[in-house]
Amino acid sequence: MNIVENFDLFAPRLINKKELFSCGHRACSGCAEVLSVRLMCKALGDDTVVASATGCMEIVSSMFPTTAWRIPWIHVAFENAAAVASGVEAGLKALRKKGKIDDRYIKVVGMAGDGGTMDIGIQALSGAMERGHDMIYVCFDNEAYMNTGIQRSSGTPMGASTTTAPAGKASSGQKTWKKNMPEIMVAHEIPYVATVCPSYPLDFIRKFEKARNIKGPSYIHCFSVCPTGWRSPSETAVSMGRLAVETGVFPLFEVESGHYRMSPDMPKKLKPLRSYFKPQGRFRHLTDAEIDAIQERVTAEFNKLTQKAKFL
Amino acid sequence: MGKRVGLEVTVAVAEAVALCRIDMAGVYPITPQSHIAEHLSNLVADGKLDAEFVTVESEHSAMSAVIGAAAAGARVYTATSSQGLMLMHELLPIASAMRLPITMAIANRAVSGPLNILNDHSDIMPQRDAGWIAVFAENGQEAVDLSIAAFKIAEHKDVMLPVSVNIDGFQLTHMVEPVILPSQEEVDAFLPPFVPHATLHPSNPVTMGAFSMSDYFTEIMKAKDEAIKNSRKVILEVWDEWGRQFGRSYKPVETYRAEDADILMLTMGSMGETAKIAIDELRGKGVRAGLVKLRLWRPFPFAELKAAVKNAQKLIVTDRAVSFGGPGGPVFSEIKSALFAQARRPSIYNYIIGLGGRDMAVSDFVGMFDQVLADRAQAKADTYEFWGVRE
Repeated sequence: MNIVENFDLFAPRLINKKELFSCGHRACSGCAEVLSVRLMCKALGDDTVVASATGCMEIVSSMFPTTAWRIPWIHVAFENAAAVASGVEAGLKALRKKGKIDDRYIKVVGMAGDGGTMDIGIQALSGAMERGHDMIYVCFDNEAYMNTGIQRSSGTPMGASTTTAPAGKASSGQKTWKKNMPEIMVAHEIPYVATVCPSYPLDFIRKFEKARNIKGPSYIHCFSVCPTGWRSPSETAVSMGRLAVETGVFPLFEVESGHYRMSPDMPKKLKPLRSYFKPQGRFRHLTDAEIDAIQERVTAEFNKLTQKAKFL
Repeated sequence: MGKRVGLEVTVAVAEAVALCRIDMAGVYPITPQSHIAEHLSNLVADGKLDAEFVTVESEHSAMSAVIGAAAAGARVYTATSSQGLMLMHELLPIASAMRLPITMAIANRAVSGPLNILNDHSDIMPQRDAGWIAVFAENGQEAVDLSIAAFKIAEHKDVMLPVSVNIDGFQLTHMVEPVILPSQEEVDAFLPPFVPHATLHPSNPVTMGAFSMSDYFTEIMKAKDEAIKNSRKVILEVWDEWGRQFGRSYKPVETYRAEDADILMLTMGSMGETAKIAIDELRGKGVRAGLVKLRLWRPFPFAELKAAVKNAQKLIVTDRAVSFGGPGGPVFSEIKSALFAQARRPSIYNYIIGLGGRDMAVSDFVGMFDQVLADRAQAKADTYEFWGVRE
């Protein structure tokens, strides 16, 4: 029996029932990012502290005097979630060592969007990972600056139309390939790097649980469908995530101490890219030739990755 | 009582900070601050200081990390200078709005461009409105004493604000001076353990740094203004307590030979010591000159300043930074505005001095006094001038 197809049957037994990220937040309907945050909290449990960057998740969850967070949470600025998390980790470590707080293991999480991670926050992230803090960093990647109004980031895929790289008579939208952030993190030689998508909740939760048990830094790159920014129907947020995985646009894999492993959820044969592009307004302008060129790159990148996963 | 030893001021400051039993320091190297960070790291490496020493990749991350650690409930410290402070700038008002008691040394240095590593106050002046308590040290002993007192002020339950201790770069940081370091027992008796009012701990989950729009923002700004104004009382108490325990007391505004002075000079930081020599020289010639030292920059000590200058005919305000296209140096603007409503106030003159490490000899201070004394028509009052500039 397929667990995901029969999710309602299995979920109550497999997933933490406790809601540490409450309803009542202000995210758009069909937001896969907020779904990811909720799943992350379920996977990590109560003994977690989150340092969030400025962005969608920050503003939808913390409108003063309300909060959606039932675990300790801090927001300081846009580019420094990793640095703040590293400070929280260092502070808690010192206090625990000196017996000033309970002797219990608390996992610190830094989180930001693709802009907060791959653009403005990459320095702070690189520093925190290099220093080896015992923390998880999560990039909730919705492939543009959605909070400020769908501007392009280095996480925006080739050809996507955004408000600062729009499609027009003389342009086909984003002119650059998406920055390969998980590989940049692998190059930091940290203990654990993984990609997740909330459309695969059990894979998602398993990877977060694994990261939680690792002493040292881990990086999780979460594919977060944004119907508002992608101009796709909000009810397709979960199916769109599945299509991204099934087409190889966003492969699910993990890298433990340099060893690559593809997720069991990855299909044997990839679906054509068109099936993923078609429902999204941001790719509507692309010509067949342009889609073919992107398809070529996606296939090549996917093959490169599977090659790495072959030699364990 | 600790014994008097010759120490480089940065080393003495690091020793003082270690005596405060910090839990965490987040630092990034920058001249002329680096010796503080280096000596703290030595103390940690030698097992003399039990603290997490986080060597971040930028000053922005240094401030971010100490904010995170302070929010977790740790006693934290950082130090910076010039460009590093400018890079931290974004985070300074956040630290104060979050009411986090962070203590930071600023080894004051000119802000680029052109690049210059030497002393002036152009780094701290742009941070004026960040909501931080800002104090200035004149010599090594003051740097030590004010650093220890800073923790107590910052962490006081009625304050809960960050504090910067300003120490002139090179002119003060790199001097070897006789300094009395208190003993550990003395500091422990003076500085109680930090008791935060909320922490990032799962035993009592809180949300820090929430998002706030127009419905609450004004109230939060007013609360911060009230907090820093209220800190004045605590600052006075803590400095008095320091004086009672260690015999060296500090005041927001201090004076030297000012009681009967017709003409006063106002300084901030290390140049007060040179100005004192100039004043002694002038007194020897029969000029009734005196000095006003502004120790506390924020919260601004209005009452103390008014009292200190009330009998003078003329007041020379020295500035170590420029407010380009503004009404004069930043200290001058502040003093003028503080004295504006006074029925009787001295004529105020402004000299911008010692920029980017430009040396200020005793003769320079005497020269400023001479110029102002010669201005009988008060033609130069309420104007500013770059002292010693080649045109």
